[in-house]
Amino acid sequence: MTEEIKNSNWRLRKGKIIAAKQMTAAEKWFDIRLEDGSLDHEPGQFVQVELYGVGEAPISVCSSPTKRGSFELTVRAAGRMTNAMHKLDVGDYLGIRGPFGRPFPVKVMAGSDLLFVAGGLGIAPLRSLINYVIDNRKDYGKVDILLGCRTPSDMLFGSEIGAWQKRLDVNFLCTVDRGAPDWRGNVGLITTLIPGVTIQPERTFAVVVGPPVMYKFVIAELLKKNVPERQIVLSLERHMKCGMGKCGHCQIDHPKNYYCCKDGPTFTYDEVKASKKL
Amino acid sequence: MSAEVKSVNNHILPHGELDGFIRKLSKKMKVVAPVAKEAGNFAFQEVSGASEIALKYVPTVLPPKKYFMPQREKMLDFDLTGAQPSDKAVIDAPELAVFGAHTCDLAGIQCLNMVFSERPRDYNYLLRKEKIFLIGMECNDYCDENASCALVNSHMPSGGYDLFFTDLGDRFMVHVNTQKAEEIVEEMGLAKASPADLAALDKVRERKRSVFRNEIGVDPRKLPEAFAKGEKSKVWEDLGARCVSCGNCTNVCPTCYCFDMADNVDLNMKTGSRNRTWDSCQFETFASVAGGENFREARSERQRHRYYRKFKYPLDKFYRFFCTGCGRCTRTCMARINLKETLKGLAKETV
Repeated sequence: MTEEIKNSNWRLRKGKIIAAKQMTAAEKWFDIRLEDGSLDHEPGQFVQVELYGVGEAPISVCSSPTKRGSFELTVRAAGRMTNAMHKLDVGDYLGIRGPFGRPFPVKVMAGSDLLFVAGGLGIAPLRSLINYVIDNRKDYGKVDILLGCRTPSDMLFGSEIGAWQKRLDVNFLCTVDRGAPDWRGNVGLITTLIPGVTIQPERTFAVVVGPPVMYKFVIAELLKKNVPERQIVLSLERHMKCGMGKCGHCQIDHPKNYYCCKDGPTFTYDEVKASKKL
Repeated sequence: MSAEVKSVNNHILPHGELDGFIRKLSKKMKVVAPVAKEAGNFAFQEVSGASEIALKYVPTVLPPKKYFMPQREKMLDFDLTGAQPSDKAVIDAPELAVFGAHTCDLAGIQCLNMVFSERPRDYNYLLRKEKIFLIGMECNDYCDENASCALVNSHMPSGGYDLFFTDLGDRFMVHVNTQKAEEIVEEMGLAKASPADLAALDKVRERKRSVFRNEIGVDPRKLPEAFAKGEKSKVWEDLGARCVSCGNCTNVCPTCYCFDMADNVDLNMKTGSRNRTWDSCQFETFASVAGGENFREARSERQRHRYYRKFKYPLDKFYRFFCTGCGRCTRTCMARINLKETLKGLAKETV
């Protein structure tokens, strides 16, 4: 059985950083190429990133699988491991496990209108889906993207967002909690953008990713617009330590005994509304 | 079933020959068994003869899960000296015989087996399990008042072992459950059980049925309803007010398996290892994330979670309770949180 040990889900694949960029004061972006082939992920999945000697952290893949050859991560320096990861640069190696988790339901959503709602770093996992949808644009109906962040300087993927803004086949809106002297856009919480968006609720999937505190308010707005509960898709945050539904850390307090790493991280609202916390 | 057919798998070991049995077995592989320690405690540790073994014991401080899922387990060696880091999966799984596991602990191992053989499988666990020869020991009487094995029906043997010993007074009935056990029994030259031996076994079991009775006076079939209705029960507030979040209850639990992963760098700063260690849902940071959110911040939520992991979630997933009634969590708790009292309180409030 030692072959099984070698090839188990604990096996680390070597990932080489082929590009890196400090995006904001707190977030750094990495482009990673696996030495032994492709990651073969789906939008919304995550990987376990191992920094030898420091430890491991679960990170959402922020690039679409339509981008081949490498995958991207956007990492906020929040804990010990992610702070150490910020010190890495092009040419450095990481250990990668995964991809793990249930992806966004891209096939179920095909043919429907999409309303993306991203708060803060939530844009990172959502970007894997947004770019997937843009690359398969004809498979989807109307696409609205709403983005909220704290201040203009916290905005991630600036140049890409500029490109989304210019596209005629997606409607992009963003807002900041607090403006800046040169900011001419919306100021206010992400929830303020929702009433102004015109949607046909029965044929719309709303995909919402953001910090836990955001969900309650955004979901309330979406329900006001009559978006069905099973067409509200969330990506929940937990600390997945194994990725295999065993270590216990990411279990969601829900009668159905969900493990965020295996049964999620993406869930529809009707699946998880009985949870104590989203 | 006629006595003759039944006796095929039943052998006899006179008390006086146990020492020889352990000695012979320890020549083949390391043998661990319950040994008396200070202050009325017991622990599984290596033995070489029967005199070291406590045949009657209150459940050991740690259950035999420590052999199946070590407290600290090396999964990977890594080396940082090259142009790029290299690593190698490692496993240290020696042949081992565990002698004297009570039925509650056998049930605990059965639970762990389910968890770790569910896909994606955990081969580190499975490989270790394959190397362990498991010898059970029947409890003819209660170990103490903290046990609740009859409630969860783990007071009688129901598989999960290679060999199973029942004390018949001057001799042990030895039930052979696996081919590997068959070979060992053959090699040791154990006599087949006679109809009189089997009658004596029946008598032990018959007596047990009157001794071991549901310890909380609540029908276990009512527990699912109690837990379904009891999410907001005041028993959790009470537990939360007393709990000190030390994690003892989960460490000693035969079915608790939550773990953490950590890297350790050697002093040379060039090599190191990835290790899996036991973790506890009772620790404050267990369900916290780097962003600052803690999904089980209150002690009451964490205690509630522990009970739901024993009596609710596994019932839906594996069709059994993940409490084996061993009583360890009650015995070890500094705040005197008592499993039997908690269940009684919850049932009283809800069903």
